[in-house]
Amino acid sequence: MSSEKQLLEELTTEEYKYGFTTDIEMDIAPKGLTEDTIRFISAKKNEPEWLLEWRLKAYKHFVTMAVPTWQNFKHPDVDFQDMSYYAAPKEKPKLNSLDEVDPELLDTFKKLGIPLDEQKVLAGVVAVDAVFDSVSVKTTFQKKLKEQGVIFSSFGEAVQEHPELVRKYLGTVVPSTDNLYAALNAAVFSDGSFVYIPKGVRCPMELSTYFRINAANTGQFERTLIIADDRAYVSYLEGCTAPMRDENQMHAAVVELIAMEDAEIKYSTVQNWYPGDKDGKGGIFNFVTKRGICKGNRSKISWTQVETGSAITWKYPSVILKGDGAVGEFYSVALTRNHQVADTGTKMIHIGKNTRSRIISKGISAGVSHNSYRGLVRIGKGADNARNFTQCDSMLIGDRCGAHTFPYIESKNETAMLEHEATTSKIGEDQVFYLNQRGIDSEQAVGLIVNGYAKEVLNQLPMEFAVEAQKLLAISLEGSVG
Amino acid sequence: MLSISNLQASIEDKQILRGLNLQVKPGEVHAIMGPNGSGKSTLASVLAGRPEYEVTAGEVTFDGKDLLELSPEDRAREGVFLAFQYPIEIPGVSNINFLKTALSEIRTYKGLPQLSAKEFLKLVKEKQQLVDFDAKLTNRSLNEGFSGGEKKRNEIFQLAMLEPKLAILDETDSGLDIDALRIVANGVNQLRSSENAFVMITHYQRLLEYIVPDFVHVLYNGRIVRSGTKELALELEEKGYDWLKESVDAQNAI
Repeated sequence: MSSEKQLLEELTTEEYKYGFTTDIEMDIAPKGLTEDTIRFISAKKNEPEWLLEWRLKAYKHFVTMAVPTWQNFKHPDVDFQDMSYYAAPKEKPKLNSLDEVDPELLDTFKKLGIPLDEQKVLAGVVAVDAVFDSVSVKTTFQKKLKEQGVIFSSFGEAVQEHPELVRKYLGTVVPSTDNLYAALNAAVFSDGSFVYIPKGVRCPMELSTYFRINAANTGQFERTLIIADDRAYVSYLEGCTAPMRDENQMHAAVVELIAMEDAEIKYSTVQNWYPGDKDGKGGIFNFVTKRGICKGNRSKISWTQVETGSAITWKYPSVILKGDGAVGEFYSVALTRNHQVADTGTKMIHIGKNTRSRIISKGISAGVSHNSYRGLVRIGKGADNARNFTQCDSMLIGDRCGAHTFPYIESKNETAMLEHEATTSKIGEDQVFYLNQRGIDSEQAVGLIVNGYAKEVLNQLPMEFAVEAQKLLAISLEGSVG
Repeated sequence: MLSISNLQASIEDKQILRGLNLQVKPGEVHAIMGPNGSGKSTLASVLAGRPEYEVTAGEVTFDGKDLLELSPEDRAREGVFLAFQYPIEIPGVSNINFLKTALSEIRTYKGLPQLSAKEFLKLVKEKQQLVDFDAKLTNRSLNEGFSGGEKKRNEIFQLAMLEPKLAILDETDSGLDIDALRIVANGVNQLRSSENAFVMITHYQRLLEYIVPDFVHVLYNGRIVRSGTKELALELEEKGYDWLKESVDAQNAI
């Protein structure tokens, strides 16, 4: 085997740097899922009656639903009774200062490179909500944001402090009946983020949440709800990591975004869950339902995702373009290597008039992984003058991986203008050799090439995170971060 | 600077180089000519370190170091540059970013300090002018959408930026029209110095009118069979390779 081929092999099979575990006292519910589990979770969180009822209703649906079969991968044998649905660090429920947070916990976030110390945070540019297993550990800058009327808190806290808001919007974009995992999430969701931006307010800082799964044999089911009222703007980023374990763990999240008239929500994700080892053992099952509704006229929602982890990534961040003149965007870089699988894409549902959507999907497959893009562009009967541009590109590294595309277009309006482009490319040994001959080693060469390929998507990330994502991509291939 | 002795190399079990000898000293410009299949591109590839080729015998020393022991990128960092016959396209990687990375690696290897962004851009401007390279092309992706001529000129621009000790030009003149040829030749001539050396691999004598070599060698059947000065090139142009082949075969028969 030529040395380049060997290097490509090595690059795409190395280890996950965030695989450490944190030893702290945990409060973990016994395994199993019954109505009692739900009551237990709701009681732990001190939830109002209406929310418990909502959960129970979802659970009743869940037990009637079957596991889907249309996906382009083998659905793992999940035993819903064989995991715990609640795990939280044993510490005081209300943390007013960093001193109150378990030092081991702080250390974990430090290792992950996530600042919880407010002084160290990028000079007030980023506010962070840190979620450890099922519990939000700390949210920074809450006071400062409150001054502008911005609510940024954990979901649990929002239920306590702003129940009317939560009740008004929860489940309006992703109803519990939507799909199996949405139903499961609605029944057992743990924590997540809640954001409300009042009318006319441009959120003064990036909001971000870091999710870390630590406890073994637990599932993580976070729920995030973001509402941007008329003429509001918010940019939100979520990052995720998890330790290395032999068993798979489930992560079934639900994210709902609501943008009112002339509002804009920018939602970015950098996902780096443990992907499993090079033989495909272990790894997170990342089954997520993310959907935004551009409710008001001229509202805009854009999803940007950089997915490098998880054993299976299964998600279709979508936008319902209800208001006239609404805009939906989806930018994605999904990297799979070793035995990872991704079946991801988006749905753009055009309902209002003069709506626009833009989809840029870049898949990168290496090892023996399989990367599928699945997209739907649906133009409703009344959606006059709708426009869509879709570009889905696949890059293959090595010759044992797979790239697949399943684009769907359904149009009921003949004034729609839809464009679709697709390319498939391979990192050629010739390209790597060319860079070698200019003094650049093969690892760097592959990094350069992949980065050039993903640039259009990476440029969509908030500046503070674009550099991190770029590094993550290069490192994911190098292997030191999964 | 470069000393090749009894170099034998094969690809996919086919023997191409059968004992090639060549000496190149600083300040010299050598031309290597030969009929198709003689091993010209193989020589360039073996010197650059293309992994598909297997060196079966012989030695290559570059500045006292064993060149064959070094990885392709280390050879480049030592100062060996290959201007490819078919420069490849790398979409998404900007010319500038690529050059910056390459230059940075080479400077690190040599223990030189990195150039600041300002110094780097100044260098880019300077070299662009030196080899008459269109500034607009620098901001584009590496060779993406470039015409054949533009690609070749990009090779020379890179040569100017990286300042190698030894530059191997693999049929740089192929596919170029007269004007492009003149510009490329001009660029190379600007870069000649007493510290560096050039090995031009070419099919036709035409290039040698613009870049006048100190030595001309003829490669036939994997060996250098004749060496001379630029007059040899003219003789070849006149009489063709068959003349040389006959005389070599005749010699071997004796």
